[in-house]
Amino acid sequence: MADTMERVQRIIVDRLGVDSSEVTKEASIKDDLGADSLDVMDMILELEDEFSMEISDEEAEKINTVGDIVNYIESRS
Amino acid sequence: MSKRVVITGLGVLSPVGNDLPTFWNNLINGKSGVGPVTQFDASDYPTRIAAEVKDFDPHKYLDRREARRMDRFVQFAVSASKDALKHAGLEMDREDPDRVGVYIGSGIGGLKTWEDEHKKLLEKGPRRVSPFFIPMMIANMAAGQVSITTGAKGPSSAAISACATGTHSIGDAAKIIQRGDADVMIAGGTEATITPMAFAGFCANQAMSRRNDEPEKASRPFDRERDGFVMGEGAGILILESLEHARARGAEIIAEVAGYGMSGDAHHLTAPAPEGEGAARAMKRALNDAGLNSEDVGYINAHGTSTDFNDKFETMAIKTVFGDHAYKLAVSSTKSMTGHLLGAAGGVEAIATALALKEGILPPTINYEHPDPDCDLDYVPNEARRVKVSAALSNSLGFGGHNATIALKAFDGTE
Repeated sequence: MADTMERVQRIIVDRLGVDSSEVTKEASIKDDLGADSLDVMDMILELEDEFSMEISDEEAEKINTVGDIVNYIESRS
Repeated sequence: MSKRVVITGLGVLSPVGNDLPTFWNNLINGKSGVGPVTQFDASDYPTRIAAEVKDFDPHKYLDRREARRMDRFVQFAVSASKDALKHAGLEMDREDPDRVGVYIGSGIGGLKTWEDEHKKLLEKGPRRVSPFFIPMMIANMAAGQVSITTGAKGPSSAAISACATGTHSIGDAAKIIQRGDADVMIAGGTEATITPMAFAGFCANQAMSRRNDEPEKASRPFDRERDGFVMGEGAGILILESLEHARARGAEIIAEVAGYGMSGDAHHLTAPAPEGEGAARAMKRALNDAGLNSEDVGYINAHGTSTDFNDKFETMAIKTVFGDHAYKLAVSSTKSMTGHLLGAAGGVEAIATALALKEGILPPTINYEHPDPDCDLDYVPNEARRVKVSAALSNSLGFGGHNATIALKAFDGTE
């Protein structure tokens, strides 16, 4: 199985149509990768399916960068 | 004084072609776009045929993120709008965006999105429904996304009147230009409902042809053996402009939108009013609005769905309006080839009508084999006809008793 970062990267590339090289841990999902709030909510649903977990709205609101997602998922697994 | 409105660009995605030249060539060569349903497993349905858009690639027009956020009916509308703007040679960065508007409707909207998300709701619960569900499904979003993707900031709206949607959109858009509220309107209809629920619903209405063994012969408007419509999909988008705006930028003018008429049947959910009296009133209003005499009209692109009632009553309506002249003018239904594009029908058929005027060729009604005593007009049977016509009507008649007619005139540039 690919590591967490690769799996997150794949979902972001697919949803936002960005190049995988842009999806670094430091990249801001909204400011750097061009997502709006609908994209973020949609990606959260996809991540929940991919990692078989539930991400609460409160936790979702704290997510800013790609690294935030990876760290959150790894802290839960 | 009210402005004259002309057509300067056409964009089409249809079951008989994904670009304008292919669409027109297939229409005048009598090619059917009907085949077995491929978009879902229709084996349990009494109707298993449709006129699908083939090999549509949204990524030719949209990046991945944009395409993901649109239902198929919106992808069609945005793609056809981009083609229409290109055909018109209209560059948005040279226009005042506030003077360019959008008027694009859909009869049903994002039904596929609705079905997919409803399945998620039932199987996984409300938390799993996509945040894009509503903005992808609502039927006005074709107009919304065309405004977003082209930068048009003028009047922006959508007609939703079942199978009359496309014609209402074009007629209403022309009026917006005529009264001076915009110089340019991107107008037409779009539809993509080859889905399990739409098929189940229309099968329950017993409205669709069950000629599954001969798909290409299933849509046979005005033929005695007709047994219902064939569902189509696609988009037909026109660039409408005030004559002065078109002239100022040196645009090629395809035809003039001379008049628009609409009416309501006040009769029944699905059946047309007796003798097509509602359709007749819409045609009369369009003629009056255009200042045309009935003898001026040489061609009618009929609603002609291939259902028993529509074709019979529309024929009666034409006879009511035109009297003896009804037998002299030509009537054809391009739905014999494209199937019935529901809310997109009026868009695609306005394009066919505009090209018939410009090229001097009337597209035929194919599959016309058995004359019906109730349908006794000249339906341009099976072969296109080369004849110069100066004025034409395009009719659209929708469930709910919505009737809409636009009158187009050939434009020779001498006026």
